[in-house]
Amino acid sequence: MENQPKLNIARRRFLTAATLGASGMALTGCDAFDSLLGSDATVRNALEKANNLTYRVQRMLLGENSLAQEFAESDIRQPQRPNGVTNPEDADYVAMTANKFADYKLEIAGLVDKPRSFTLADLKSMPSRTQITRHDCVEGWSCIAKWTGTPVAAVLDQVAVKDKARYLLIDCFDTIDQSLSGSIKYYESIDLHDARHPQTILAWGMNGADLPVANGAPVRMRVERQLGYKQAKYIRKITLVDDFKPFGEGNGGYWEDNGYDWYGGI
Amino acid sequence: MTTAILRTENSKGELIYRQNRWTRSTHWTWALCLFFLLMSGLQIFNAHPTLYFGKQSGFGFDNAVLSINAIDVDGKAQGVTNILGAKFNTTGVFGVSGTEENPVYRAFPPALTIPSYYDLGTARVIHFFFAWLLVGTLFIWAVAGLWNGHIRRDLAISGADLKSLPKDIADHARLRFHHTGRYNVLQKIAYGGVLFVLFPAIILTGLAMSPGMDAVLPFLNNLLGGRQTARTIHFIAMFLLVAFFVIHMVMILAAGPINELRSIVTGWYRTDPASKDGSH
Repeated sequence: MENQPKLNIARRRFLTAATLGASGMALTGCDAFDSLLGSDATVRNALEKANNLTYRVQRMLLGENSLAQEFAESDIRQPQRPNGVTNPEDADYVAMTANKFADYKLEIAGLVDKPRSFTLADLKSMPSRTQITRHDCVEGWSCIAKWTGTPVAAVLDQVAVKDKARYLLIDCFDTIDQSLSGSIKYYESIDLHDARHPQTILAWGMNGADLPVANGAPVRMRVERQLGYKQAKYIRKITLVDDFKPFGEGNGGYWEDNGYDWYGGI
Repeated sequence: MTTAILRTENSKGELIYRQNRWTRSTHWTWALCLFFLLMSGLQIFNAHPTLYFGKQSGFGFDNAVLSINAIDVDGKAQGVTNILGAKFNTTGVFGVSGTEENPVYRAFPPALTIPSYYDLGTARVIHFFFAWLLVGTLFIWAVAGLWNGHIRRDLAISGADLKSLPKDIADHARLRFHHTGRYNVLQKIAYGGVLFVLFPAIILTGLAMSPGMDAVLPFLNNLLGGRQTARTIHFIAMFLLVAFFVIHMVMILAAGPINELRSIVTGWYRTDPASKDGSH
């Protein structure tokens, strides 16, 4: 008799779950699976393992220097579509726009032997690379533009990266979100393999002119073999790290903290 | 009465073992994969509900072939599906769904997406997991099918098959089905079309959308007419797979659901009395 109520509750729960499941499948489709797919749900975490497989297989298939496709001038048919933050209102950023980023300094720090800062003029005085590439947004759209910038490999050579370093942690000026503990600034990370790729540049020019504010002035990242959210805009500082877990919420980028894959090659 | 009973008894043909374990297990794995791939794929589509033709998406020019949007008409939201310039009011299903008090402004409604709420990141996680599973299963199926002769014996279209095509079409049109140990030619065309045309097409166009794979296989994108064309073909292949599924279900219901379901679950299939030896 003691067990009776418990059984009833269990049975009621089962029936409710079964009814919800069935109606979910038949009527409102797939909210039946919603409870399994929250940001830290076990099922989602298990499915997410497939992304590691994608990363490993693509790394295996991608030669050290196999290039993203480059296009002809005639393929530039429209301005580069800006998205994400397009006009940062952060005070330190706004202050720099007054004199066209003459006071801009890109700080390179972390696991390097010779940390230093680069002004926009410093970057522009280095050998540059120009490439016409296709920007693929995670949402599904694509846009072709011409990017000019300083190869990240050249910048890394100047600061002498320590052997321990594995990732570039890229901090940006723009506030993209608010949390209880304050404003969240955009950040990203890429591994050294991608950082040293010949097409990976700190872009300061676009379609033959200075990089516009909407597209990430004064300097943005181009990592051509990955999706748009990896192409951080309004870059403030690059830190060489051996692990990105201590930063942000630990997933290696603002969008990664919000559920996107760290590896944006697919 | 008596004759009817006799006929029923006579029509109980022999049970034959038609679907081997490889066919059955891969079939059900694909069914699972396609369910989740479809629902998560529609969620991914919702992130940018326009398809284009070419290398890029036209924002400064128009190369859209399909779009599903919510527009404002005299203060009321209307779902509009635009296919090659032809506009259809799809309010309630595509573009705008939900109730008047709680409208959902999304291309595909929550009932057709996983998760039901908007979450591109999670939809991608689900989509790529089942994409790997689908490709892995296709590989296992191909190896097993070549090894045990399933592909050559059951799917390859012979001269005799082609000769029987008109009769087979006529039979299907009259819903007159023959239950034998072999697939008829329309079945071979349908299954072969899925396995050798639609699966490769949807996998290759999927790969062509990956910026990483584009660097590995640059020719793939050019071959397919650009990343946005690949995305459109991916969507069309999805639509054809859904069409296949609908026909597949109708045929199963028409040809005898118990027998058809038994054969794909247990392998055992009851043939017509006329074909006890399992042949025509």
